[in-house]
Amino acid sequence: MESTYVNKDEEIDRLINDLKSNGALDYGFHDNINPVYSTGKGLSRQVIEEISEIKKEPDWMRRIRLHAYEIFMSKPVPTWGPDLSGIDWENMTYYSSPDEVKATNWDEVPKEIKDTFEKLGVPEMERKYLAGSIAQYDSEGIYNSLKKEWEDKGVVFMDLDSALKRYPDLVKEYFAKAVPPSDNKFAALNVAVWSGGAFLYVPRGVHVDMPLQTYFRINGEATGQFEHTIVVADEGSSVHYLEGCTAPIYSKDSLHAAIVEYYVMKNAHGRYTSVQNWSNSVYNMPTKRAWVEENGNMEWVGGSLGSKVTMIYPSSYLRGRNATTSNLNIALAGPGTVKDTGAKAIHMAPNTSSKIIAKSVSLGDGKSIYRGLVRINKDAVNAKSHVQCDALLINDESVSYTMPHDEIYEPTANFTHEATVGKIGTEELTYLRSRGLSEDEASSLIVLGFLDDVMKEIPMEFAVEMNRLVKLEMSKMGAVG
Amino acid sequence: MILEIKNLSASVEDKPILKNVNLRIGGGEIHALMGPNGAGKSTLGNVLIGHPDYKITGGQIILDGKDITYATPEERARAGLFLAFQSPVAVEGVRISTFLRIAYSHLHPDEKIVIADFNKRIKEAMKTVGLDESFISRSVNDGFSGGERKRFEILQMLILKPKMIVLDEIDSGLDVDALRMVAEQLKKYFSKDVGYLIITHYQRILKDIEPHFVHVLVNGTIAMDGDRTLSDKIEENGYDWLKEVA
Repeated sequence: MESTYVNKDEEIDRLINDLKSNGALDYGFHDNINPVYSTGKGLSRQVIEEISEIKKEPDWMRRIRLHAYEIFMSKPVPTWGPDLSGIDWENMTYYSSPDEVKATNWDEVPKEIKDTFEKLGVPEMERKYLAGSIAQYDSEGIYNSLKKEWEDKGVVFMDLDSALKRYPDLVKEYFAKAVPPSDNKFAALNVAVWSGGAFLYVPRGVHVDMPLQTYFRINGEATGQFEHTIVVADEGSSVHYLEGCTAPIYSKDSLHAAIVEYYVMKNAHGRYTSVQNWSNSVYNMPTKRAWVEENGNMEWVGGSLGSKVTMIYPSSYLRGRNATTSNLNIALAGPGTVKDTGAKAIHMAPNTSSKIIAKSVSLGDGKSIYRGLVRINKDAVNAKSHVQCDALLINDESVSYTMPHDEIYEPTANFTHEATVGKIGTEELTYLRSRGLSEDEASSLIVLGFLDDVMKEIPMEFAVEMNRLVKLEMSKMGAVG
Repeated sequence: MILEIKNLSASVEDKPILKNVNLRIGGGEIHALMGPNGAGKSTLGNVLIGHPDYKITGGQIILDGKDITYATPEERARAGLFLAFQSPVAVEGVRISTFLRIAYSHLHPDEKIVIADFNKRIKEAMKTVGLDESFISRSVNDGFSGGERKRFEILQMLILKPKMIVLDEIDSGLDVDALRMVAEQLKKYFSKDVGYLIITHYQRILKDIEPHFVHVLVNGTIAMDGDRTLSDKIEENGYDWLKEVA
């Protein structure tokens, strides 16, 4: 135990220094890339037909898109959460493709785009840690690789557009099943205009012991990114899928409305980790859901760092006996931003169990809200659920709310809930400073310490990212208090 | 290294606690600051390290000729001042190895730290102060008993190598064996470059580590200065007679 911690600290320091020397301290830069194809501003039936046409996709997909568009138009913008009136639906670009190339080698990627991903450290990460990776730039996946070892074992990992061409039946079986377009307005929008995202299929009994990653980059101003990701962990398999996201800073807001559908079959183990660091001109409104069958286990690990407004509640539907899920989430609400995050666990079968741990940090006037749902259906005998929400407030004007929602219909269910709210204490700060640490260092150590039990679960390269961001945010804040 | 406290006055929440305190501690000197409860002993410790809740209302603190009266805690630490806290706080999730490494890099900026070697030093020091090696991967004071916290303060002194050391009731909450260990380590660390200010209510620790000078603080003022015979006198007669002198 001890040596791994010490090494992790060491590695984190080293990687942070690497990042600094690469000049990757800020993601706010953008490229002057003219899209080769764009549907222009605004959304209509015609735009949807156009997207479907460009993609030369099967007719059933075109019909699902149009159906979802009707649902999108009929649903109002939700008003029960953060203010979404800033989303400029009319002036948004819903589809924007940088290039027609789909590369399998970084050298084939157009130079300017490649440089961007180099700056973000994506190819390096791939070499060091990953079994495969996809890079998506605005609407399209532009790069895709999967180590031969896994390809040989039957693992499929490619952007969803390519998968739809090569494995149409497999895609059809899972597309918009766990998250139907009727779920919410943003899910409907995604199904209508989706482009890119990953398709990952792990055959029975295959254990992919290195993570697979997709990195999403929005480059265009007022551009929507609507990737749709499907992960299928077939019976007895295990897989870890990661996502990272960044965007430049623009005066006009962009919209990210993704869907992630994760299917964890009998005796399978699925893990999903995402660290989003969108710039503060992005509305981040994804819908992420897992179906977990008998004896399956699903783990959600999330870090919500950037964006203007984020609303995300990864859900696990525990459909089979003994299915389990855990959800670890960190939300960092910087000045001027809102993090409305949480988790859902739906217990639909006996002996299912869920654990939700949510930690939030609010800085400046940042607002973090925990919003969660635990439902234990009648007949989900002996289901167990534990929810823990901890909030840390950095400044006097920082805000945190906890809004758990519990629906327990089964008398044998065991349900517990804990919540704490704390502030960075003068005593702790003074103690660390009295040993020579600067105020910034002391406060970021305290914040990282508060997040520690979740950070441990995050892969190294993302922990580094999280560390760096917390330190950056803390130093931007200047004096704490 | 010389620590000079000149006419120092300080208040907590607008309540004056220290009034015109004068002390001068040089390298190679051991000073004891004694006094009854509520005399302002711990306030002095907190004021010396620059705790933001304690306001200096007059006078100066000078460390090696440099005025640090209004310096931040980290500036004081980097100048060589160390306070062993009376009640060290727990800092959840901040691992000892990380914390000490960052602290050391500030206090000794010219030294290159090899992490493996540095951690080995921490583990050795843990053995010295009677903490299990496994503490290196624990969080700062988190879940420590009172005695373990005191041992950890001494460990930090041994690792960080400060020159001017203020020990605020290091003897409280320690059993006889632990107290003997602390005194032994203090004696071992002591040199002509190191100065100690031992703040204590009892003279017990002063039997194991003999002070060159004893000062008695009563009602926020130094009521009497003397040598170690003064602490003997206090043991016999208590503090009441000094209140009359003051």
